[in-house]
Amino acid sequence: MKKINLAIALGATCAGCDVAILDLNEKILEVFDLVEFKFWPTAMDFKIDDLKKLKEGEVDIGLYHGAIRTTDDAEIAKILREKSKKIVAFGACANFGGIPSLANMPYEQDMFDLVYKDVPSMDNPKGTVPQTSVTIDGTELTLPGMRDYADTLESIIEVDYFVPGCPPMVPLIEQLVGVLKVFAATGELPPKGTVIAGTKTLCDECGRTKPETISFKKFISPQEVETIDPDLCLLPQGIICMGPATRAGCDGLCTKMNVGCRGCLGPTDRVKDHGLKMISALTSLLDVDEEEDMTEEELQKTVDKIIDPLGTFYRFTFGKSLIYNLHSEEEIK
Amino acid sequence: MSSKTVTIDPVTRLEGLAKITVVLNDEGNVKDAYYQVVELRGFERFVQGRPIEEVLRITPRICGVCPIPHHLAPAKAADQIYGVDPPKTAKLLREVLALGHNIHSHILHFYAFALPDFVLGEKTKPGTHNILGIYQAFPDVAKEAIRVRGYAQKVQAIIGAKATHPVTVIPGGISKGITKEQAEEILGMAKETIEFGKLGLNVFDDLVVKNKDLMSLINMDAYKMESYYMSVVGPENELDFYQHDTVRVVDSKGKEVMKYQAKDYLDYLAEHVEPWSYLKFPYLKKVGWKGFEVGPDSGLYRVNSLARLNVVDKIKTPLAQEAMDNMYNVLGGKPAHHTLGFNWARLVEILYCGERMKEIAEDPDFYSENFRTPVTKSMITGEGIGVIEAPRGTLYHHYKTNKEGNVTDANIIVATANNNAAICLSVKQAAVEMVKNGQYNDDGLNKIEMAFRAYDPCLACATHSLPGKMPLEVNIYDSERRLVKTLKRGI
Repeated sequence: MKKINLAIALGATCAGCDVAILDLNEKILEVFDLVEFKFWPTAMDFKIDDLKKLKEGEVDIGLYHGAIRTTDDAEIAKILREKSKKIVAFGACANFGGIPSLANMPYEQDMFDLVYKDVPSMDNPKGTVPQTSVTIDGTELTLPGMRDYADTLESIIEVDYFVPGCPPMVPLIEQLVGVLKVFAATGELPPKGTVIAGTKTLCDECGRTKPETISFKKFISPQEVETIDPDLCLLPQGIICMGPATRAGCDGLCTKMNVGCRGCLGPTDRVKDHGLKMISALTSLLDVDEEEDMTEEELQKTVDKIIDPLGTFYRFTFGKSLIYNLHSEEEIK
Repeated sequence: MSSKTVTIDPVTRLEGLAKITVVLNDEGNVKDAYYQVVELRGFERFVQGRPIEEVLRITPRICGVCPIPHHLAPAKAADQIYGVDPPKTAKLLREVLALGHNIHSHILHFYAFALPDFVLGEKTKPGTHNILGIYQAFPDVAKEAIRVRGYAQKVQAIIGAKATHPVTVIPGGISKGITKEQAEEILGMAKETIEFGKLGLNVFDDLVVKNKDLMSLINMDAYKMESYYMSVVGPENELDFYQHDTVRVVDSKGKEVMKYQAKDYLDYLAEHVEPWSYLKFPYLKKVGWKGFEVGPDSGLYRVNSLARLNVVDKIKTPLAQEAMDNMYNVLGGKPAHHTLGFNWARLVEILYCGERMKEIAEDPDFYSENFRTPVTKSMITGEGIGVIEAPRGTLYHHYKTNKEGNVTDANIIVATANNNAAICLSVKQAAVEMVKNGQYNDDGLNKIEMAFRAYDPCLACATHSLPGKMPLEVNIYDSERRLVKTLKRGI
């Protein structure tokens, strides 16, 4: 059987996606038998030139994890696209911008001032901040510049397949390995746009019991709950859970442990905006009768209990949200 | 190969990317070397305004290779913010998260990243210096490493829901305890880790300690640095990965020069900035910043495995204590200044983590139902400083909150940052040795990388300050400041 040429490239990443691949454990040896690595700098001594030297389309599957944060990230993504027959966006950052895209906000304070001048451990009387170019004793030292925001892979290059998750769960990676096996044996690949994860919502696969009508008057932080019922749906207990709006595929890893979902697998098919979907789901879950009984002020108080809507409902998907895209279009104008 | 400019870009087999720039003089010898961290992310900024319990679900994403310390250090800060001391069961569960995490991280670094340089030979192509090469040369050891690292990940998943990006630790404890059966399962895996820890030390003894060439490499002056060392210690100055908040600093003779509570860290640590790196340079404030120099008057210090063992008086588990004693006997006494010795110390710590995990797993408190103390917003104190020994060294998370528990200020000093100045100096020392009269080869360049790699620098962590990543690259310039060579080893 012919080996599959595989390249793994990375952008603005925590490298948890690399660790997730290693978490295949013994099955990683099957991957070693199945593929010929053409690029994987985290684990092997590949240079960017090694990737550049490849012929167009020489890589069968190019996998990219991390958000697009620097111009280097974007350039590498483009090179990977050129060299690869198929591209896989791997992990929440490449799929939706991920946690780094929480920075896609017009913050008032300059980031460099905060990091290099204002944090309490700083000793920086001259106000030095890193420069993209600095000359010391006649030698120029350079640093790459930052793009304004962290973006999805799809906003830069065409993507064929999507494996979401932060990081992708091992069963999903095993599914991807299964795809590679079929490809190696038959040359067949799934249709473009395939998302390797569940199709329903987390609520459909979460083992917790859901009452006929979910109603709640307040949200509460998990550390404040006296005792968390291990079997009952978290929402009626007042614990925010993104299950109603989030794609299945994790087998409820977090909810099993009494922890509300934050949506790392992103929304289901056809949903354009994960956070809006969740807000709409929550609104419909509010018991109508109770809602009618509530004064506007009480309702407002309930909503105010959600301290951080952006960081809660868009924890992993702000870089792909309508609200961010509106904002960035405005920036362009 | 002859040239006046050397670049390695990026240095590979590490978590993230960086670059090294080496400047040569007229004779083609090393005049200066810069280790540049070339990217930055925005965690300090984008945790602002978020509830502290959500922040400790966000900060693990600083680093996918060491997410557990970035869950636990802010959790210790969050406990202080709520003025709560979690019950013993919660502390044991959290410690086992830390131990499991260290086992995973050390195995990954040692067997996949470091060992290939020692045992696969200098003459082999660089392309074979990886886990695949280890698998082909030592299939049995590689399979064991994969199996036991898998156990370490499983232990973390049992307690943390996911090994990579855990979610269960909350202010006051943990969201769910474990059952007696799960404790027994963890006990079994701890026992296997102990056996693997012994195997690792035997393999190191056979392949490295008994190999004169490799020992003379480890003993080279270019791979030594007589620095200060820092670590968290327990009340008897013992090795500790989670429970305590006391930081100890020893000098190059092993004498204690500072001991402080994490909450006082600002009296003892300060951070310097250079315009050519996104990563800051922490130093001992009471000694002062003297640039990239080592000595009693320079506040440069080191953290990570060997630094921890240099700092502690003892390890409270017998097999690891014996392994540590043996290591110092071979290296010529304690403290040891061998940069490549960090790899050996990792093996000692794998054994310790296995032994300590076994102790905890045998304690009935480990699986009791008293795994958290509920808190209320009225208890909020508004500030917390969490410290922990991450695999790569001392990690500080400092938060201030409003009375609702929402973060207003954050300061994070990651383990790799502590070593930043030392890494710069180690890279220069190795470069001086490996590049002479303009002559160098791939092997010499790899030896520069070995100096760097010994610290297991986690560049994902180090770049937490802005959203992004950092490349590692070595550039060599000639005396006319012309870029002669750029060696890129990855992205």
